[in-house]
Amino acid sequence: MQIYLNGLEKQIPDSLDMAGLIEMLDLTDQRIAVEVNEELVPRTTFSGHILNDQDRIEIIHAVGGG
Amino acid sequence: MSNDNQTDSFSVAGRTFTSRLLVGTGKYKDMAETRAAIDASGAEIVTIAVRRTNIGQNQDEPNILETLPPSEYTYLPNTAGCYDAKTAIRTCRLARELLDGHNLVKLEVLGDEQTLFPDVVQTLEAAEVLIKEGFDVMVYTNDDPIMAKRLEELGCAAVMPLAAPIGSGLGVRNRLNIRTIVENAKVPILVDAGVGTASDAAVAMELGCDGVLMNTAIAAAQNPVLMASAMKKGIQAGREAYLAGRMPAKRFASASSPTDGLFF
Repeated sequence: MQIYLNGLEKQIPDSLDMAGLIEMLDLTDQRIAVEVNEELVPRTTFSGHILNDQDRIEIIHAVGGG
Repeated sequence: MSNDNQTDSFSVAGRTFTSRLLVGTGKYKDMAETRAAIDASGAEIVTIAVRRTNIGQNQDEPNILETLPPSEYTYLPNTAGCYDAKTAIRTCRLARELLDGHNLVKLEVLGDEQTLFPDVVQTLEAAEVLIKEGFDVMVYTNDDPIMAKRLEELGCAAVMPLAAPIGSGLGVRNRLNIRTIVENAKVPILVDAGVGTASDAAVAMELGCDGVLMNTAIAAAQNPVLMASAMKKGIQAGREAYLAGRMPAKRFASASSPTDGLFF
């Protein structure tokens, strides 16, 4: 199925959960925060948060800013 | 008031700080310069932004949270780049999750790209939601005493009127308004944005502000580390001058040496 990851189309296996996606992206140990379809997904719920076709996923991190 | 700087602390949302200079972490050449400048500034509160992670790229790039570790600094995640309440609220929720529940945020909802002036209607809307959700909101706003009061009444932890447009370096454009905002306030007032050099920071402090938040004035200086040091001193000088109580300005001269005892 297809998702939008940080604005870009991406194909992922069906019934992948957020923990699986994060692992697939090699971001498991990174300090990140995630939202799906404009709603925050706490990291405590990554396991078991099943992704759906056309989900819009944003993975953010901290950068320098004023 | 004490003249001992050690006891002249500043509190916001139950957190107490010695430094009244708050700094941004953007626009530096690299992380080493970021760290060196922020060390020289003596700042304890640093703003950060949240942006999309570069998936699959530069995973080993030095991270701002490693350069400025939370053991040494209080983070103030901002909502820079947000032009409506909804994106600002989403940004704050992400930042709180990213920082393990840290609930202090700098709310800025911008009006347009040319001026980067705040959209005060959207700012009020976002502030109300964020405060209900338990955030401690330090809010960027115009140098408008009425809006500053509204934001305080809404429950913002600090109100941060601009000195001048973000990144303009024009200094405090409306001293009378900043003074009025300070005089009316029961929460900390910090000048946020528009400072260009150390004397601008001193002016803000002489007007009675509790602190100054800046980024470009340091990062865009020819020598950012030296400017950071100058800003630290400007803030301290302005604060001491405010506490000392300046003499009244007069139109004509007043001799400093005695007129009695002249021998001619």
